[in-house]
Amino acid sequence: MIHPIPPGTRDILPEERRELRRLGLALIEAFERHGYGEVATPTIEYEEVLARGDEQGAPPAYRFFDESGELLALRSDMTIPIARLIANRYATAEPPFRLCYLATAYRAVRPQRGQMREFTQAGVELVGSPAPQGTAEVVEVLAAALDAAGLTRAVIGLGDADLYRRLLDDFGVGAEARARLLGCLAAHDHVGIETEVAGLDLSAAAAATLIRLPGMRGGPEVLEQARQIGGEISAPATARLAATLEALRERGVADRVSLDLGLVRDLRYYTGAVLEVYDPALGHILGGGGRYDELMGRFGRSLPAAGFALHLERLHVAQAEEGVL
Amino acid sequence: MRGRGAIATATRGSGDGPLKLALSRGALFSGALDLLDRIGIDTSQARGDSRALVFDVGELSLVTMRPSDVPTYVEAGAADLGITGKDVLAEQSDRAVYELLDLGFGACRMVVAGRRDDDSMGEAERRLGTVRIATKYPRTAERHFEQTGRQAEVIEVKGSVELAPLVGLADGIVDLVDSGRTLAENDLEVREEIATCTARLVANRVSHKLRAAEIDDLVARLRGVDR
Repeated sequence: MIHPIPPGTRDILPEERRELRRLGLALIEAFERHGYGEVATPTIEYEEVLARGDEQGAPPAYRFFDESGELLALRSDMTIPIARLIANRYATAEPPFRLCYLATAYRAVRPQRGQMREFTQAGVELVGSPAPQGTAEVVEVLAAALDAAGLTRAVIGLGDADLYRRLLDDFGVGAEARARLLGCLAAHDHVGIETEVAGLDLSAAAAATLIRLPGMRGGPEVLEQARQIGGEISAPATARLAATLEALRERGVADRVSLDLGLVRDLRYYTGAVLEVYDPALGHILGGGGRYDELMGRFGRSLPAAGFALHLERLHVAQAEEGVL
Repeated sequence: MRGRGAIATATRGSGDGPLKLALSRGALFSGALDLLDRIGIDTSQARGDSRALVFDVGELSLVTMRPSDVPTYVEAGAADLGITGKDVLAEQSDRAVYELLDLGFGACRMVVAGRRDDDSMGEAERRLGTVRIATKYPRTAERHFEQTGRQAEVIEVKGSVELAPLVGLADGIVDLVDSGRTLAENDLEVREEIATCTARLVANRVSHKLRAAEIDDLVARLRGVDR
């Protein structure tokens, strides 16, 4: 007789569990070497508290009532619980705070799409350290974590969540067209962007910038290419990315990073730099992160913050494919 | 292959060989091969009646499949790139793939159609406040009626959708129309146009970053084709 488990969940047997444990330990040790202390938070929280972290509501979550009728939710990531933890437990302590975690998270995603409903994240949060130095430190820790996992071919994509919004503001694009263009960008629909921009009354340089910027990715030359297309009109929007890149150079991790002017992340709390991690052996992203300078303020202690989360099970598959287990 | 079968969280990336291009077998197939020929890729072995599914044609590896599977393979990274219709992409709009280029060929219209000289759609809407719509594109149909402020009961069918209004399963249909002959032969006529759908080039999220130069080169050559 077979006793089913819910779709998107799985049992892990000893051989795989041993490898996952080694991987998790290697990551936590890499985080600790950089001064990040490991924390744990409850798997269940009050839904109202988690929802505070994202003004448009938490991503698809599992919600249920406890015995006194309170609405609870399973955490869908660790960034919001750690923001709450810092607001509660370090309310008067001197920032910056360097915390890390290895924890399961839960999302009610559609099954059969390569996404699990229960998965493990390994990541860090750096709270109280502004851009660009804070961002560069987080990227440095991320590069060290990938090395600790043996994934030396992995690449860190670096973009800016506000870049396109700022361009649209600078060019005076109207509210409706702006919303449609940001929708296309979030959906990675570059054909839609071209169609939308063609219908706008813009200078040739502005139109070319809006159309071509989202597809620009690669080394530092990308910023120069952006200048060639739009002259100085994109300079204010790309200045922050250039500053981050300079800070990364000082730390010697710039060559680990690929700039990506079209990068957006699906979590809405990101404000500045955004990160994604790729490995040539895997078709899915291994993890991501970025800056969320407004998140802590929603928990009553306004502090600049940045972090990332790596998907432990995907890192493990990448290790197997890269032959580094 | 330790435990790979159990790990549903990720698909192996297509690695370091030639770029893998997923192609729809079907109405767009010959148009896609013609386009590749015109940028100097010899696709002759993929033509003809071979039952093979994968063809190595020099700089590309062509992977052939049914149109609606293209976003699945590309999203998972089993193919770096894909060519499929905008109708398929609109229906599977939650797939995380990059839509890079409108290839221009294979233009069809996504339409609402009803029985000729028969107002059962309008009648149903007036009396019941809703219409029954049969379609192979349930999400596209739902989105269209929602955006135009109307209610519809969408019924998903897999085969010939023209059958549904003829035998009373639905008041009308939402379907992709090329010449309109199939509609005419079944006494159906176009009532509303939802969108024009052409062939699109899509890319996997990771390949788009890690194989940027090769993909940009291919896109530039496809853009340069005189249509």
